[in-house]
Amino acid sequence: MKLNMVYFARLKDSFGTGQESLETDATSVAELLVELRLRGGNWATELGHGKTFRVACNQELAGPDSALRDGDEVAIFPPVTGG
Amino acid sequence: MTDLNDAALLRYSRHILLPEIDIEGQQRLAASRVLVIGAGGLGSPVALYLASAGVGHITLADDDVVELSNLQRQVVHDMASLGLNKAESARARMLALNPDIAVRALGERLSADRLLAEARQHDLLLDCSDNFATRHAVNRASVAAGVPLVSGAAVRLAGQLAVFDPRVAGSPCYHCLFAEEGEVSDGPCATFGVLSPLVGVIGSLQAVEAVKLLAGRQAVLGRLTLYDALSGDFRQMKFTRDPACPVCAAA
Repeated sequence: MKLNMVYFARLKDSFGTGQESLETDATSVAELLVELRLRGGNWATELGHGKTFRVACNQELAGPDSALRDGDEVAIFPPVTGG
Repeated sequence: MTDLNDAALLRYSRHILLPEIDIEGQQRLAASRVLVIGAGGLGSPVALYLASAGVGHITLADDDVVELSNLQRQVVHDMASLGLNKAESARARMLALNPDIAVRALGERLSADRLLAEARQHDLLLDCSDNFATRHAVNRASVAAGVPLVSGAAVRLAGQLAVFDPRVAGSPCYHCLFAEEGEVSDGPCATFGVLSPLVGVIGSLQAVEAVKLLAGRQAVLGRLTLYDALSGDFRQMKFTRDPACPVCAAA
């Protein structure tokens, strides 16, 4: 299935892209994150355990067990803390 | 409720013309007490707009001193402010804009105890700070004191905005959105750079939410607004209370 991925703030800079269309077999948020970490480099670092970020599925915050469906928009964003 | 004199009716006439605010809303603003944490990039538009909008009692807390590199975006300060405490500098500008309001400047970094004591003396908190630890401390004070919080954040080309109101049963807090544990690595503007008007956009949105809340309108809760200055996109994400939240679930 295909997911519309969106990355925000520091993750957008770090991944070098703000959005992508992703062909995947991941059926949950947790599986998707495993797949993205396997890309290595900044993907493994930024999405590693101990890093603070949230995932939203179709503009609603999602937990690791949240199911993914074809065509979903999946957003990953860190807290912005400056000011 | 505070009566508005002729000069006040003229000064606030463009508010009073709005049916959503009207005289009653303006009187509520005049009677309101607001605590602003941080008088930097976000705190600048917040301080200026809350003062000009006629919020009657404003407390500003910031332990930092105005430097030349702040003036690129911290528009409440100017060349004459260099070397002065930011809260004091902002206070002078706010009173020059509107002498009918009361402004307290706290030139200190508030401890958790002081933050809670101050929160209890105010109707609304505005988080205009520049670090994750302070954001969580302000959130804890908001929940413990039962005082609503308008949270804004901005660095580089990205901003975030959310409103929290612990008076509304079952509504989420900042900790429900971003847990405190874990690495953030998104430091202050000093390290990463920040687009000058980005803090104006987010700080102005904070001021909008604050004025609406103080005028008696209920804010939309459980909604995080994300702004990307490069693409010009605004996105909104819905979130709910974390049933296991160590800050608000037990409150």
